[in-house]
Amino acid sequence: MDREDTKARIDTLIEPFNKKGVAITEDTTFAGDLEWDSLTVMDFVAAIEDEFDIIISMNQQAEIETYGQLIDAVTKLRGA
Amino acid sequence: MSESISTPDKPEPLPEVEDAKDLFSKFDPLIKQRQDLLDSGLEDPFGLVMERVLSPVTAVCNGRETILLGTYNYMGMTFDPEVIEAGKSALENFGSGTTGSRVLNGTYVGHKEVENALCEFYGMEHAMVFSTGYQANLGIISTIAGKGDYIVLDIDSHASIWDGCAMGNAEVVPFKHNDLEAMEKRLKRIPEGAGKLVVLEGVYSMLGDIAPLKEMVAVAKKHGAMVLVDEAHSMGFIGPNGRGVAEDQGVLDDVDFVIGTFSKSVGTVGGFCVSNHPKFEIMRLVCRPYVFTASLPPSVVATAATSIRKLMDAGDKRAHLWENSKRLHKGLRDLGFELGTDEPQSAIIAVIMPDLERGAGMWEALLKEGLYVNLARPPATPAGMTLLRCSLCAEHSEEQVGQILTMFEAAGKAVGII
Repeated sequence: MDREDTKARIDTLIEPFNKKGVAITEDTTFAGDLEWDSLTVMDFVAAIEDEFDIIISMNQQAEIETYGQLIDAVTKLRGA
Repeated sequence: MSESISTPDKPEPLPEVEDAKDLFSKFDPLIKQRQDLLDSGLEDPFGLVMERVLSPVTAVCNGRETILLGTYNYMGMTFDPEVIEAGKSALENFGSGTTGSRVLNGTYVGHKEVENALCEFYGMEHAMVFSTGYQANLGIISTIAGKGDYIVLDIDSHASIWDGCAMGNAEVVPFKHNDLEAMEKRLKRIPEGAGKLVVLEGVYSMLGDIAPLKEMVAVAKKHGAMVLVDEAHSMGFIGPNGRGVAEDQGVLDDVDFVIGTFSKSVGTVGGFCVSNHPKFEIMRLVCRPYVFTASLPPSVVATAATSIRKLMDAGDKRAHLWENSKRLHKGLRDLGFELGTDEPQSAIIAVIMPDLERGAGMWEALLKEGLYVNLARPPATPAGMTLLRCSLCAEHSEEQVGQILTMFEAAGKAVGII
């Protein structure tokens, strides 16, 4: 599946969750830069899962630290 | 390392304790938060000592006679004369401990008796007793869900459920608390052929709310999942026979595994799983938290068996406990406190505090009034809330519930919450 398309859709999805207005790049980290708590992570993951009709298990989430890694993972899951 | 070579001709710098980095450095923020709280002059909410226990509902704590409203001793079995007698007799006849695993030298006749009592209590074929409730969740969840399987669970699940997930190799997929639609979406997306386990609780202990098990169990079954329900906080008083929320909502027959504990309504310590699965007994050989630990002492299983048999026939106590729960819930709401549920759904009533500081202040004010409740705070609580968690007992008298409300009013006004 197309990485650009995935990124564009996630860019839109993340907006309401980016309450601090952090400038998000591929290297932005969820824990460090965005400082999300576990409930915010769950809601954001649910939004992505619903958008692409995929499951991102907690085991997979543990491997995802940056925004770029998230886009890669979702692109891969869409292709699976 | 060059720094470690001593140079006696130079003056020794003073050791900078605060900057010393080691494996404990990760706890520094928590140590500071705790120290700040204690420095403000509060009694340590996590350092309470019960000097004497007078009954299931009263004790001497920090030198004061105190009403206990945070012990999960729902049915007040801890001082039941028959329960005490059974424990004494087992202590004298079987000794103070088994010194062994259930699968080696640690199965006594008392362990079989308590498992038989559980089978009768739940009307199920198999019962397996663990040394704690924590180990029951840890053991069953980590053992039955293996690599390639999926565990779908409520985000507000107890730590023992999360730790069971972490100890196993299954894919872990949480959903929003009590959200049926979110649960079903996740079940639908699990790859064809993968094993599925849905983990739910009857009563969620932080807010005292119950799960819509009727709908959730039906959806889980529709998607071919096995269902495990933790009924730790409902045993003994929810459901027509005290079997829990699944029984109350008429779906106990569709639940594959019920997890429970002896440390709440039963009034001692230990955990269990009951099931009708035809192959369930193999768990005794493959479940590591069952195999690699010593079994419960004979006196503990004797008190548990006696207590469980008495709980089968405790309709009057159940009715009184519900009366207590309804009265406290209404009374606190009328006083102006914000509560975790709109209606009383269990014997837990959670009072929501505006923040940790005022929550701790309120907790201390209540203790000085002579009332013990649980102070619950993040990360154990959902949505970062600070809670004063009250758990009622069937042995609380009507008069005591009245006293409790008077104390809440006085403390709430003193701290400025109401």
